Amino acid sequence: MSTLAAGLPARTTRQVRLATREPILLRAGVAIVAIGFLMLFLIVPLVAIFVEALSSGLGVYLAALREPDARSAIRLTLLTAAIAVPLNMVFGVAAAWAVTRFDFRGKGILITLIDMPFAVSPVISGLIYVLLFGLHGWLGPWLKAQDIQIIFAVPGIVLATIFVTFPFVARELIPLMQSQGAEEEESALVLGASGWQTFLRVTLPNIKWALLYGVILCNARAMGEFGAVSVVSGHIRGLTNTVPLHVEILYNEYNFAAAFAVASILTLLALLTLVARSLVEWKSRRAVPKHATLPEGEP
Amino acid sequence: MATHAIIRRQSVLPGFGLSLGYTVLYLSLIVLLPLSALFLRAASISWSRFVETLADPRVLAALKLSFGAAFVAACVNALFGSVIAWVLVRYRFPGRRFIDAIVDLPFALPTAVAGIALTTLYAPSGWIGRLLEPLGLRVAYTELGVIVALTFIGLPFVVRTLQPVIEDLNPEMEEAAASLGARRYQIVRHVILPELLPALLTGFALAFARAIGEYGSVVFISGNMPNKTEILPLLIIIKLEQFDFAGATVLAVLMISISFMLLLAINYLQRLSGGRGRAGLA
Repeated sequence: MSTLAAGLPARTTRQVRLATREPILLRAGVAIVAIGFLMLFLIVPLVAIFVEALSSGLGVYLAALREPDARSAIRLTLLTAAIAVPLNMVFGVAAAWAVTRFDFRGKGILITLIDMPFAVSPVISGLIYVLLFGLHGWLGPWLKAQDIQIIFAVPGIVLATIFVTFPFVARELIPLMQSQGAEEEESALVLGASGWQTFLRVTLPNIKWALLYGVILCNARAMGEFGAVSVVSGHIRGLTNTVPLHVEILYNEYNFAAAFAVASILTLLALLTLVARSLVEWKSRRAVPKHATLPEGEP
Repeated sequence: MATHAIIRRQSVLPGFGLSLGYTVLYLSLIVLLPLSALFLRAASISWSRFVETLADPRVLAALKLSFGAAFVAACVNALFGSVIAWVLVRYRFPGRRFIDAIVDLPFALPTAVAGIALTTLYAPSGWIGRLLEPLGLRVAYTELGVIVALTFIGLPFVVRTLQPVIEDLNPEMEEAAASLGARRYQIVRHVILPELLPALLTGFALAFARAIGEYGSVVFISGNMPNKTEILPLLIIIKLEQFDFAGATVLAVLMISISFMLLLAINYLQRLSGGRGRAGLA
């Protein structure tokens, strides 16, 4: 740090150090502004959710979670995530493999298209399925003749959820697999491994943390999606209500304690997601140097 | 050399047909087909209908609110987000890792939950609303409430885009400027800020783009008064509920076109900042 400053007698080291960091009072002020802003916008709302949820006592809290409509909403949300997350996980791995291991024309466009769902408002994500499968949509009359209902039913909710969570896994994997390169896989193949063996024994261990993080993010969004699902659900209690929609109904009925009780499970899920994110980041940061410097130590 | 490597890679690794075929098929079924349904529907709408829908005062009011509030919120986020990113990278203090993790809360928390929490806080009887009431400041059910919700939603975009760029700043540049006699504020203004500007603009654009489309966190706190506190996505839902599919399609096409232009701008800005920063429109 001081090598440069030491050669220049015009400014003492102390003066240089003063000019490369803020004065102590300013530092304290800046830190207080930053932390104060985060407190006001993030921590206070977080605390408020749990305080409101428990404001009428633990009995009301548990009753709100045990009530049949809440249970059916939880079941539907779990079902939706159980379908949407694995599908998008398989897609993410396939897309990352295609994009990072091969060169082909239109790759840039493909990556942009994969990102598209993030650029679309959730409400529009629901609307496009209504225009496609709704009663007045393209395939609506045909679907009605076959007695298949997609909009205002579970399939529509699942489709809208798949759409909004579409890029999560691919987005985590593509930059990582790009930077890792294909040398290890090529060596495995040269040494006689089959394609699937290479994928399972070489690629998968290398990408597991990013894959896990992508899946966690995808799951959090799948379980918490509101706008898109709201458009296609039809809000039929006990049938097409997911947990976030159930929160909305309870809130609009002025049943605040119950609304926040149900919201608190979603909040716990969000907090778990943040913890998982920190763990995965920590794990992958530890994994990288080990992997890079000690290949012979690994069994 | 490079082409040689590419050709070799293409011939050695298996699964090109399978992975690309599956990617394109799944992408077409889930994203492209439904999106093209929207554009084909739009193509069947007459030009005069387009103009008529967009000239409706209620739509104009929603447009103004959606863009105005998203812009103000993105500005607030750009200002405080850069301060937060700076503090997280450059300062050491207890609880820093907790603060760093909590910045992602708006990404992870379902928007509806954020919506009801903010509304309860800023309602006239709420923890924060009660303090603002004597000052004559009303947040819940006003435009101010929309801005608060959009600020909440957009904050991580600015912080997460700036953080890696601040980490990569070369301290020798600051030392060089200092030994040449620059004062701290001059270094911040002439050395650090120009380096951060592309990332700051990217973060701003990401927060802005996300705020325009945001629905869940806003509808609770805005109160949804026609011509006053209705946002554009809500208007799409209202038109759908009235079976005005053409009207909903017009608004959706308008919004998608704007997001697409923002996406292009963001891509350009990210190229300017050398591809650093990885916060997406999550």
